[in-house]
Parts: sequence; structure tokens; C-alpha cells
Amino acid sequence: MIKLLAINKKFEDRNVLNNISATFYKGKCNFVIGASGCGKSVLMKCMVGLLTPDSGSISFDQRDFVSMDYEGKKSLRQEIGMLFQGTALFDSLSVEDNIAFPLRTFTNLNETEIIERVNFCLNRAHLVKINKLMPSQISGGQKKRVGIARAIALNPKYLFCDEPNSGLDPLTSRVIDHLIKEITEEYGITTIINTHDMKSLFEVGDNIIFIHQGNKWWEGDKTQIRQSGNKELLDFMNASEF
Amino acid sequence: MRFFQHLGTYILFLNRVFTKPEKWKILWKQIVFESNNIGVGSFNIISLISTFVGAVSTINIGYQLVSGLVPEYLIGRIVRDSNILEFAPTITALVLAGKIGSNIASEIGTMQVTEQIDALEIMGVNSSQYTSLAKIISGLFAIPLLVIYAMCLSLLGGAISGWASEIISIDLFVKGLREDFNGFNVFFCITKAFFFAFLITTISAYQGYRTKGGALEVGISSTKAVVYSCMGIIFFDYILSQLMLF
Repeated sequence: MIKLLAINKKFEDRNVLNNISATFYKGKCNFVIGASGCGKSVLMKCMVGLLTPDSGSISFDQRDFVSMDYEGKKSLRQEIGMLFQGTALFDSLSVEDNIAFPLRTFTNLNETEIIERVNFCLNRAHLVKINKLMPSQISGGQKKRVGIARAIALNPKYLFCDEPNSGLDPLTSRVIDHLIKEITEEYGITTIINTHDMKSLFEVGDNIIFIHQGNKWWEGDKTQIRQSGNKELLDFMNASEF
Repeated sequence: MRFFQHLGTYILFLNRVFTKPEKWKILWKQIVFESNNIGVGSFNIISLISTFVGAVSTINIGYQLVSGLVPEYLIGRIVRDSNILEFAPTITALVLAGKIGSNIASEIGTMQVTEQIDALEIMGVNSSQYTSLAKIISGLFAIPLLVIYAMCLSLLGGAISGWASEIISIDLFVKGLREDFNGFNVFFCITKAFFFAFLITTISAYQGYRTKGGALEVGISSTKAVVYSCMGIIFFDYILSQLMLF
């Protein structure tokens, strides 16, 4: 479980996040939705430590991330997997080496065990026979799945997905959504998904936080959205539906 | 004021780069890869440039020493000293600043703008070190070797051009090369090469690492890496010459 308490973030004079508190649950797909520029990516960057919030606390299962020292953060980050919007696969490494990277860096597994784990992760992401290909030789959908395979290589407790469906066709988007959902439930991961794709949300979303102009505007589950009576949320949802 | 700000962040960057690596085996693999990239990859251009620099310096010196009062073999001696003391290390470093510097900055800059650096940080990897340390170590090995190679080739190019243009015979040129040879000059040349290698690799890695934005900014970082590396080379060329030769 991840708990945010009164997170504030300012860039120069501009408030990007205002007093955001939220809880993200284990084994659930927790969605953070909102229009482009609303602050959801900044919130995610604060949660994974790429940005430091100006105030507030972020706790991963009662461990306060913001006040941790470098070594503590480094150790906790090995429990975090992240799927980037642009996949962020290492260009100079093959698919296999990309997935093996965290295993070679942080575990004492031998090469045979590493390759076994890589193949397991690739199979889990429904990918076969692409081990030796370079990221430039595979499609956008495959890149996302390799990104997921890399993110789960170290058996993470927390999975962050930043716009996992951006740039993908609707069919591939649903495949990625279901893959994330399956992995989340199977391994009991706390998954946080940033998106503005409402189809994803209705397909696999469990808990939802709607961010509007840097504020937490609404929180609930997908069954409550249509009855929320929240004008900004309904406008956002209706605009996405067609 | 901005200079000191950059100097501070450059030093902090180096402080993160020179820490204990996560796995020595991974660093070693990177060093082998980068040494090939920097050393072997620059072999042809250094061969071409150093040969012609040596050749041109013989012709220029021969052209200026037309007086019959100066013995011809002095051409070989002047070509030797000018190439060992200045041309081989400095011109090689300037060429490598263009070739390797832009390569390092654009590679790391692209990793930065495509979130690959963020991916490393989120995994708990020291991204400054992972992206830069192997390149710096490889540069510190490969660039001095390339300078020694350039030094030898420039003398060979000088001898050939002197003979081909009938300025000086090979025997006299070699006599000039051997006369009053001072081994300290070679030491000075290699010392400069180490300094230049450090400047090229660290400045370029720093410029690449601080890239923000997109393709345009990667280009700007790459240009800055070359310009600042060249400025550093020229400045430290003067400082080292002043400190070590007088």
C-alpha cells in the first residue's frame, strides 16, 4: 500500500500539486486520471523519487520515502517497477539484456538463472522469440510489453505505469491493460496507472483519483464515476468517450 | 557567476560518477566496449590527421630554414620537438573532442530525453556513474595511446614528406630526430594526453547528462561538449606547458 499525505509541489511560482492525499491499494489497479498538464505525471515522479515534493509524505507500506537517505531510497527502488510512456528501453541493449539488466545489477543469479528469469518475464508478457532483437527492431506494442517484462523482473511490490497506452492502437491497448491487471492481481502488486484513457479505466480500473489543476478533485471507484455529479470529472469522461 | 554554478554542478556530477560501482563485472564489460568505441573507432581519423600534420610541419619548417647556415638535420629535430610537445597531443585531443566528445554528449543526452536515465534512477542505479564512468576510464586509457600513436605517425609522415619533396633525406631526418633527444618531452606529451582525455570525457558526459528537452537540446549539448572541451584543452595546454616546461 502506498499512502500520500498532503503532497505539495511548486515549480517557481506555479503550484503544480496542491495538498494531495491518497491511498493506493495492494493487488489493485489504482488509476490517476486527469487532463494533460493537470499534474499527474509530476505526482508520479514524486512517488518514484525523480522529484522531491516541497512538503508532505509518501509512505510505501509505512516506510516514509521522502525522508529516507540515499541508500534507503536505493534499496526501496529495487521494489519498484516502472513502465514509461516512451518505454525507456536501453537502445544499446537487446530485449534480453534490457530485462536482464536489473537482475545482473542487483542479484547474484548466475547467467543461466538470469536467462530463465528473462524468458519467464517475456512469456508472462506474452512475447516469444524476440530475445535477441534490439528495441529499434520491435513494434510499439512489443516495446510496452518488454517494458512490463523489465518492470516485473525483480518481482516488484509496486508498479508504476505512466500512460501505458499512449501511441498504441485500441486492440493493443486492451492487451496491455489486461496484462497489467493480470500481473497486479497474480503477484499482489500495488499498481498505479497514470492515464487519460477512459476505456482502460472502465476495463481494468479499481480505484480512481481524478486530478484537476493540481488538486485531488474526486476519488472513488469506476462504478461511482457516472453518479459522481462532479462536473469537471463528467466533462473529462464525456470528452474521452467519443 | 554562471561559470561557478556550472563548475559546482560539474564537480558534484564527478562526485557521483567516481563512486564504487554496483557490479565490477558490468563496469569491466562497459570499459571493453567503450575502449573499442573510443580507441579503435578513432584509429583511422587519427592516422590520417597525424600523418599529414607531420608531413606539413616538415614542409613548413623546410621552407623557413632555406638558409645554408642552418644544418638540414635540424628540420628533423624541430619536427620531432614540435610534434611531441604540441601537435600530437593537442591536435589529437582537439580532433577527439569533436569525434568522441560529441558522441558521448549525444548518447547520454538522448538517454536523458528518452527517460532512460530516469529508468536507471528508478531501478536504484547511480545513473551518472553507469552512463559516464566506463567512458571516462576508457578515454583515459585510449586517448594517451592514440596520442603516442599520433606522435609516431607524425614523425613518419614528416620523414616521408621531407624525402618525397626533396627537402631532406631520410638519413638526415633520422639524425635530427635522434639528436639531443629528451625523454621528458614524451612524458610531458603523455601527461597532457591524460589531462585532455579527462577533460574531453568528463565535460562531454556532464553536458550530455544535463540535457533537458528533446532532439534540439541534444544537438545543443553535443555542440557545447565540443566547444567547452576544446576551450579546456587550449587552456590546460597553456597551464601545463607553463608548469612543466619552465
